[in-house]
Amino acid sequence: MTSKITISNLDFFYGKEQALYNISLEIPERQVVAFIGPSGCGKSTFLRTLNRMNDTIPIAKVSGTVKIDDKDIYAPGTDVVALRRMVGMVFQKSNPFPKSIYENVAYGIRINGIHSSKADLTDRVEKALQDSALWDEVKDRLNTSAFGLSGGQQQRLCIARALAVQPEVILMDEPASALDPIATQKIEELVVELKKQYTIVIVTHNMQQAARVSDSTAFFMLGKLVEYNRTQKMFTNPEERLTEDYITGRFG
Amino acid sequence: MEHRIIDQQLDVLRDKILLLGGATEAAVNRAMQALTERDSELAKRVLEEDRAINQMELEIDRMSIEILALQQPAAHDLRFVISVAKITPILERIADHASNIAEAAIILNNEPQIKNYVDFPIMAQTAADMLRTALDAFTNEDADISREVIKRDKEIDASYHRVFNELLELMIENPSATTVAAHLLFVAKHLERIGDYVKDICELNVYLREAAFIKHSKQV
Repeated sequence: MTSKITISNLDFFYGKEQALYNISLEIPERQVVAFIGPSGCGKSTFLRTLNRMNDTIPIAKVSGTVKIDDKDIYAPGTDVVALRRMVGMVFQKSNPFPKSIYENVAYGIRINGIHSSKADLTDRVEKALQDSALWDEVKDRLNTSAFGLSGGQQQRLCIARALAVQPEVILMDEPASALDPIATQKIEELVVELKKQYTIVIVTHNMQQAARVSDSTAFFMLGKLVEYNRTQKMFTNPEERLTEDYITGRFG
Repeated sequence: MEHRIIDQQLDVLRDKILLLGGATEAAVNRAMQALTERDSELAKRVLEEDRAINQMELEIDRMSIEILALQQPAAHDLRFVISVAKITPILERIADHASNIAEAAIILNNEPQIKNYVDFPIMAQTAADMLRTALDAFTNEDADISREVIKRDKEIDASYHRVFNELLELMIENPSATTVAAHLLFVAKHLERIGDYVKDICELNVYLREAAFIKHSKQV
């Protein structure tokens, strides 16, 4: 299995406060890795180090290395915009632009100059909407406002928007936590479908969701990586007592 | 450690399977006693009590499914519920074999006794010992003892072959004893099957403790 992302000895600080301690792990290509752990354990912070989203926080400080395809993304001279195009992100709360469905998806393609013609742009929008399993539901109303979509549809629109700029990795920060079970199921099916083409990292509080969609699971606590294992192993016979206690609800 | 809703349910499930285990063990012991001591009343009691064992099986099934569906157990909790759900029908089948032995006892007790029941007491003793040890090992989640019990299945198999040959000789020497010998052959087969089932329980004990599947593998 080829490693897509290799994290070595990563420490992370918010000012003097250390949020992540010496994290090392490898994320294999075209697999789904789930990050689980109690609130405040650092899993979202860790996720955001993978496309340098934490750069926007002035007091944030990172040490250690994060390599994607053997390239250190924290090396001086790294094109952060290109990095974030390659490593797309989907957030807990869907955040479509106040524009039409079409424009939401076309925006990233346009500003990155990915398309060769207007027809190509439209093809790419359709492809992204199909890949995010939204096309059939929106094809007749592409020019209506994105805010007219349901919560689940808006979240899939955000996934389409991320896919449109041809990323290689997709980071998802609790992508289904605000959705009902049916919309959640659609997102989960989509994750499983998307891993054929993309490497996916998903933060979730829903243990069953991690079990259903991921190939490997990483359990974090108090900024430390407690266990990183195959999901099947993690949920039937974890190696660490702390993992067992967490996944069986012995502490919250 | 916080108190969890699932803990209480797992405790009830544990109590229920231990009761079933106790009832099954008693059924096997009584059935053999009914045979060796020619006590048909005791044999009838075994048959009556089998109904209660069947009910226990249904209750454990219902409860296991409910815990899986509503509590969604993981890790050791999951392995425990799965082990209970798989051991329960095994115990019920062992009890069925005890009932079959009791039925044979009722018939045989009306026939003249043919010499001492050859190797039976040893075979029955081994089966009962293995069953009791397997149930203790389940309670204590002891994989080492479970592995020891698995090895003992060979003792029962060896006894079975001895009994089989002795009964065959008896039939040849004394054709009038054929009916009795044929019933005894079935009893021997029931005991041999009980040994196999106890082995299955022990394999599940190892799964419960170590999450390892040793069934169908040469390595114990």
